[in-house]
Amino acid sequence: MSLKIKSSIVRKYLMALSGLFLVIFLLQHFTINLTSVFSKEMFNFLSHFMGNNPLVQFVLQPVLIFGVVFHFIMGFILEFKNRSSRNQKYYNFKGKANSSWISRNMILSGIVILSFLGLHFYDFWIPEMQYKYIEFLPENPDRYFDELVHKFESLPRVIIYNISFIFLSLHLLHGFSSSFQTIGFNNKYTISLKFFTISFSIIIPLGFILIALFHYLN
Amino acid sequence: MNLKLKIWRQPNKDSKGGMVNYSIEDVSPDMSFLEMMDMLNEQLIKSGDDPVAFDHDCREGICGMCSMFINGEAHGPDKLITTCQLHMRKFKDGDTIAIEPFRANSFPVIKDLAVDRSSFDRIQQAGGFISINTSGNTQDANAIPIDKHNADTAFDAATCIGCGACVATCKNASAMLFVSAKVSQYALLPQGKVEATDRVLNMVNQMDEEGFGNCTNTGACEVECPKGISLENIARLNREYIWATAKG
Amino acid sequence: MSVKKVKIRFRENSNGTSSIRLNYFGGYETVNGKRKAKRLIKTLPFHLITNPVTLEQENNNKKFKIRAFKIADDWGKELNIKKINNQKFNLDSKVPSGKLSDKWTNHKSNINLVSPANKRLIDVIVVGTGLAGASASATLAELGYNVKSFCFQDSPRRAHSIAAQGGINAAKNYQGDGDSTYRLFYDTIKGGDYRSRESNVHRLAEVSTNIIDQCVAQGVPFARDYGGLLDNRSFGGVLVSRTFYAKGQTGQQLLLGAYSAMNRQIARGKIKMYNRHEMMDLVVVDGKARGIISRNLINGKIERHGAHAVVIASGGYGNVFFLSTNAMGSNVSAGWKIHKKGAFFANPCFTQIHPTCIPVSGEHQSKLTLMSESLRNDGRIWVPKRIEDVKSIRDGSLKPIDLPEEHRDYYLERRYPAFGNLVPRDVASRAAKERCDAGYGVNKTGEAVYLDFSDSILRYGKEKAHVKGLDEEDMKLVKTLGKEVVKSKYGNLFQMYEKIVDQNPYETPMMIFPAVHYTMGGVWVDYNLMTTIKGCYAIGEANFSDHGANRLGASALMQGLADGYFVLPYTIGDYLSNDIRTGKIDTSTKEFEIAENDVKSQIDKFLNNGGMNSVDYYHKKLGKIMWNQCGMSRNEKELKSAINKIKELRKDFHKNVKVPGLADEFNEQLAKAGRVADFLELGELFAKDALDRTESCGGHFREESQTPEGEAMRDDNNYTFVSAWEHRGDPSKAKLHKEQLNYEEVEIKTRSYK
Repeated sequence: MSLKIKSSIVRKYLMALSGLFLVIFLLQHFTINLTSVFSKEMFNFLSHFMGNNPLVQFVLQPVLIFGVVFHFIMGFILEFKNRSSRNQKYYNFKGKANSSWISRNMILSGIVILSFLGLHFYDFWIPEMQYKYIEFLPENPDRYFDELVHKFESLPRVIIYNISFIFLSLHLLHGFSSSFQTIGFNNKYTISLKFFTISFSIIIPLGFILIALFHYLN
Repeated sequence: MNLKLKIWRQPNKDSKGGMVNYSIEDVSPDMSFLEMMDMLNEQLIKSGDDPVAFDHDCREGICGMCSMFINGEAHGPDKLITTCQLHMRKFKDGDTIAIEPFRANSFPVIKDLAVDRSSFDRIQQAGGFISINTSGNTQDANAIPIDKHNADTAFDAATCIGCGACVATCKNASAMLFVSAKVSQYALLPQGKVEATDRVLNMVNQMDEEGFGNCTNTGACEVECPKGISLENIARLNREYIWATAKG
Repeated sequence: MSVKKVKIRFRENSNGTSSIRLNYFGGYETVNGKRKAKRLIKTLPFHLITNPVTLEQENNNKKFKIRAFKIADDWGKELNIKKINNQKFNLDSKVPSGKLSDKWTNHKSNINLVSPANKRLIDVIVVGTGLAGASASATLAELGYNVKSFCFQDSPRRAHSIAAQGGINAAKNYQGDGDSTYRLFYDTIKGGDYRSRESNVHRLAEVSTNIIDQCVAQGVPFARDYGGLLDNRSFGGVLVSRTFYAKGQTGQQLLLGAYSAMNRQIARGKIKMYNRHEMMDLVVVDGKARGIISRNLINGKIERHGAHAVVIASGGYGNVFFLSTNAMGSNVSAGWKIHKKGAFFANPCFTQIHPTCIPVSGEHQSKLTLMSESLRNDGRIWVPKRIEDVKSIRDGSLKPIDLPEEHRDYYLERRYPAFGNLVPRDVASRAAKERCDAGYGVNKTGEAVYLDFSDSILRYGKEKAHVKGLDEEDMKLVKTLGKEVVKSKYGNLFQMYEKIVDQNPYETPMMIFPAVHYTMGGVWVDYNLMTTIKGCYAIGEANFSDHGANRLGASALMQGLADGYFVLPYTIGDYLSNDIRTGKIDTSTKEFEIAENDVKSQIDKFLNNGGMNSVDYYHKKLGKIMWNQCGMSRNEKELKSAINKIKELRKDFHKNVKVPGLADEFNEQLAKAGRVADFLELGELFAKDALDRTESCGGHFREESQTPEGEAMRDDNNYTFVSAWEHRGDPSKAKLHKEQLNYEEVEIKTRSYK
């Protein structure tokens, strides 16, 4: 297989695959976060595992980072290409007559999510890296829960966090089922898939929001 | 009824265009949109102005020549029709109607509302055919039975009139619906399967070279398509393309 | 020795020399015990007449021919030939001898071929990219010729063949209902009211089956049944189901098939495509078509294109009526330009008025929309029986669905019980006109009849209910099921009707009225499809074709593709085999220069005319004259008046037309002005032809010639011929040539659908 990375369809395909991969990651992240509501020990155990297992740290993490970076860089490339395919814009363009606002503004929801990722990295990932690989502090398997709770003490942070998840929801509402269309899945199951997409895209981000509120209120 | 029109005027490809206001009176609701344009042009010719250039031919919704972007929508507010089938009864007395050409870099303006869609022809030339010579001794037409469902689906895809509304209406100016319709027609028929691999690779390659945007699955094309070509075709194109890439 | 007729032919020999041949009958001889006129042939070498050098110096074909004829004349005197047929052309249809069913096969085997290596040296111009033009371009390119294709639209795919709805005939007999090549041939001859050339029609029927095979192989998605085999439907004027279809878009699918075949050749570089180019004139060099002058419609550039042969496939001239089902751009100009350069124009008055079109809604109307003839399979045509019901329907106080069965007049079923609603188009159209003239028209203008589907909805619904084991007496269910069936058959047509008329045809009957649809007349061609100009061919609707005085439904697509795929590519080789040493056609010659200057001066004239009326103003006026005085029924008085009116209108047009814009830009008005100018000339010839043919036949109905019941009455003794008109400077001076129609296989009968 010659990788035709310049081909529009291959690019779209990779965009969809990386998106779906991130959806899976999101689900995993959500599961771990959810445990924080029920069991501090379980949360700490899972976080410790994820933070110190070499397979996760040195294989899955780079793959994930690559996935994220690829998804947004490709997103920008495609957006740039798409915008430049119509230099003279319409004087009057009635997008809402034939498509959803969400589907037309994936770049917007994407940018919000990306900014949030920046914040998220700043909050969790960078301190974590500093902790483990720069300062070489001794590992404390029980520290994760308290760090989490600490981060959700600030109201503005919780608000930003929650807004970002609303945008994530919007991004998923189009992106999830759209990925299936891109990889060529459009058949009699598509209606069910759309239903699943809507459920997934509302439940998961809502879950994240509730977890955040839970910790803030506690 | 009386209407105000805002029409894109552009003398030729290289000049800069702009919206110009006109007003027109005594439009009958039974008129087609293009008949209203005829009326405007008669008025312009009488007053010594340059009539508005627009493409049109069959005026029954099948040739795919008419191509206006009316009030923000390709082929205007009604669904499943071309501009020539749009009737003035869809508008109200006193309305302001904005009329623009189909816009995309791959559809350069020729004059006013007429655009050059030869990029579509070039995509078809890249592979939109079955390589068979005219001999008069191909096998009998009934030699290969074709599943009715596939035959009907192929027909539905083949009803594309190549008007370019999909490109015009897509926020990315993507031609995927157009390309997928042709690829699907042949992919579904046994006669077309023989050279399916090369066809899809070549047609998509040409599509990219022409500078169309990418599909982001907004679904606008399907809604605005006068022939109701389904998004399923784009999914099929994607499948065919990836499969062909893997093979080729 | 008594000699009646002498034919003179010029012949270019393959070795570069030429000769003049006299072909005449003199005395008698006995063959197989029968006394026959003796055929004598004398050949005179070219150098005796003139030599190539002087010819080139003179560069005047006419002078040369006059001299040639003079020499031949002298020669004739010497041979004691009393009467020389000193005519520039002979209307020799070149029909091969032999049994009708073997003619085409034998002809194909005997004509000259061009070797593959030599085909590369030969250029062919094809004007028009409809079914005939696209299929011819593709096939000629496949064979190896260098093809240049021209269309005025922005893409070949937009040619008006795309709008053909119903289907394409072929004598496949897949339904096992007794169809055969002979039956298709016979139906077409009869449908054409015995005014078509027998040998051409038989050839058409022969190749019809190949067309279907070819199209399926090309990926045309014809309708299929549940067994996966091709489905058929029935059309007007025949008793078998032989029509292949793709919903109501058969023309589209066939054209896209031909377009795809063209695309393949464009990609190979064998076809050079000229979109948005209009043919402005034909260039004739030494009596042969050697190229065209074209105008690039985007930038107005006038271009010269040379070729060894020119094929005109520019469609029909229905737009002479202004309102027709033709596309807005459909025009006669290519055909008319070659007519003015020497091609005879045949049967211009044979026009098909299609019975099922959407009625005119007002003065603003720019074109008419056809509702496929296939609708007559399931729709029943009627008007109210009583005039008072007509009045209540018109003022809206009575709905057509509320009119009881006994007050409806299903006039086609009444008048033609054998064929009922499926009588041929001309018959159905006239019957509608008869009812409307009598005051029974059902819309405001009194020019519409009903086409009603309620019966078939019930019939199909009951059938479906029976199949599904549901209650056949539940009318609501039956109607819903029936509507589904009707929708699957005619969905797109019903949708189109609703968009235009704003009425739902599933609930209330459609209103229809006849409209101009197709022109059987056109450029005269011989058996090889060559016009009276050497090397200039006409195919498809542009030629006078195989449909006689009336075309049967689903035969136009058949003829277009037959000409383009299976006839012209063979016959053109016979002519081009003499051209293998000619070399590239030089477009810098005087002939090209003159033609180009003529085109330019016409354009200048239009743009500087400074008149006051738009082109459409004249076109509409012409249309009104044509429709009212040369329309569905014609008589001497009206035709004479029409001729005068058209003459006046033409004069006025050239004096007062206003064409805005410039020559070197995209200028639709300018393009249209040229086309309307040609329509204004054609219209007169049209009326002149209609006046000359005092019989009624097919689509041509002369009120002076009808039976007591008002049916068309032919005059076989005096009019069994093709009228081919030669241009003599002005339509009024056109000279009539007659091609006698000989029927060997078919017995000429009165056409009856009763």
